[in-house]
Amino acid sequence: MTVPVNDKGGMGFDPGRRRWLAEGLRTLAGVALVTGLLGVYQRQARALPATAIRPPGASTDEADFQSACIRCGLCVRDCPYDTLRLARPGEEVALGTPYFVARDIPCEMCDDIPCVKACPTGALDRGLTQIEEARMGLAVLIDQEACIAFQGLRCEVCFNICPVRGKAISLNKQHNPRSGKHAFFIPVVHSHDCTGCGKCEKACILEEAAIKVLPIALAKGMLGKHYRLGWEQKAQAGESLVTPDLPHHYNLPEGMQYEHGGRGLIFGEPSPAPSPANPLETLNGGGGNP
Amino acid sequence: MKPGERPGAEAIERKGWLGAHRWLLARRLSQLVFLGLFLAGPWLGLWIVKGNLASSLTLDVLPLTDPLLLSQVLASGNLPENAAFIGAAIVLIFYLVVGGRVYCSWVCPVNPITDAAEWLRRRLAIKAGAHFSAQTRYWLLGAILLLATTGGGLAWELVNPVSMVYRGLVFGMGLAWGILVAIFLLDLFIGRRAWCGHLCPVGAFYGLLGGVALVRVGALRRERCDDCLDCFAVCPEHQVIKPALRGADKGLGPVILSGHCTNCGRCIDVCGRDVFAFTTRFANNHRLANNPRPTNPCRSAIHFRSANPSRTAINTRPVNAGDNHPQEVSS
Repeated sequence: MTVPVNDKGGMGFDPGRRRWLAEGLRTLAGVALVTGLLGVYQRQARALPATAIRPPGASTDEADFQSACIRCGLCVRDCPYDTLRLARPGEEVALGTPYFVARDIPCEMCDDIPCVKACPTGALDRGLTQIEEARMGLAVLIDQEACIAFQGLRCEVCFNICPVRGKAISLNKQHNPRSGKHAFFIPVVHSHDCTGCGKCEKACILEEAAIKVLPIALAKGMLGKHYRLGWEQKAQAGESLVTPDLPHHYNLPEGMQYEHGGRGLIFGEPSPAPSPANPLETLNGGGGNP
Repeated sequence: MKPGERPGAEAIERKGWLGAHRWLLARRLSQLVFLGLFLAGPWLGLWIVKGNLASSLTLDVLPLTDPLLLSQVLASGNLPENAAFIGAAIVLIFYLVVGGRVYCSWVCPVNPITDAAEWLRRRLAIKAGAHFSAQTRYWLLGAILLLATTGGGLAWELVNPVSMVYRGLVFGMGLAWGILVAIFLLDLFIGRRAWCGHLCPVGAFYGLLGGVALVRVGALRRERCDDCLDCFAVCPEHQVIKPALRGADKGLGPVILSGHCTNCGRCIDVCGRDVFAFTTRFANNHRLANNPRPTNPCRSAIHFRSANPSRTAINTRPVNAGDNHPQEVSS
């Protein structure tokens, strides 16, 4: 494009220059509009649906992942189980990026992690060499009302299918108060070991899975950083950090004692001094007894 | 072109239909072969090429990466693996040899769509249309790189029809048909060659490479031209022809040096007098060096000098600063 030179040294009205300016501004305005809309759209496109799980090694920061992923689909091609797919236009996941839905096809956690090796851009981090260290998401037993383990029925399918067996999901035995003589075998997920592969969600026998893999940021809570757990501090220090560490007094009938964590209820041994009627006396009296 | 005749009628008469569609057929074949290579895997289980135009792996050894996409990844502050750099370098070198916008006319899946729209536009004699500045594409190219730099990541890839269509064909289309229809309608009713010739930043990027690429189309026998205008009618970037075809008086060489030229070869096809042929950018050199007429310092000459500093014959010619002919004419 040529810029017409004004004969009058740029002082007067020049229709050529005016047209050139007008067209330039029109183009600029159009491009600015498109860029603005695109900028807004890409912000929205970071909203990854909770059911869409990124491949192993993907950054948990969706903005980071989307600016590193080149959308070539080489990870999809090298996935031997057809787990991964590229988001198509019209889907809720950012266009062309790889993801999987655990309930459809979960990650089989290949030892050699071919999807990560295939990635040319490092959007899937090649630093990930042990698939057990992948953190694609976190399984959460999200509906205790529907999970049949909470009805006292034996299922444990999620526990048994878990590739990090016994570590990522353990069974917690609890008393079943309904029957009074049976146990609940409650599946408990441990974030320390769960890779978020989604095998449990896929295997859940319910119509709609009671255990689901969620993005870690959604699934994890976090204790306030200032919080300290007294018993851990005590174990670390070797002694109680708040004095005095008083032994607990059980108010029991005469001739009975109770030893927590030891012999339990004890009969027929000389009782310690009975607790004072006023509990404040014990508290104010310091650690002098029994 | 006689009134009422379609461009290329004379060429068909002289060279036969096949002879007058040689490069067009070659291009369609090339587009199909590229697509076929990508589709052979998912459709037939023949894994020659994996991936898509963004990045691919051929026969498990040859990595290829789109340099524009790689620049966006880099601009957003990510350092990719070596495979991406090697792949992009191979692609860059390839297009620096065969011509930057060869990507547009020989590979890009949108090309048949816009060609179809242009064909229909001619048949239906649709003249009206909005005018887009051909510079828009460069602004858009800058804008998508700016978006990448300012935390927008690969925002362009959310809407890029080029990669969307290819990815769609290879990995599942979804609603990508919609964007093809949109581009078709845009080119048909809103503006001639609006997408590929004015807006597409991918084409703009490859056009930048094209500015310095080796293989070119040249009006090597321009003295035979009978001003039928068939080449202007079919050329997707018709402003690039004029300096080469009509520039003899101004001392311009016959080689089309504009990066906008897509090396589609359609002008070669439709010319009944074989004015055009594929050549290299250095063909201007010989022509100009052997040209007894004084030569003006125009952009094509600058191009050729920088391309081959050993041949500086025209440097010594008198310079007339007032008679400056820009090589690219705004459309």
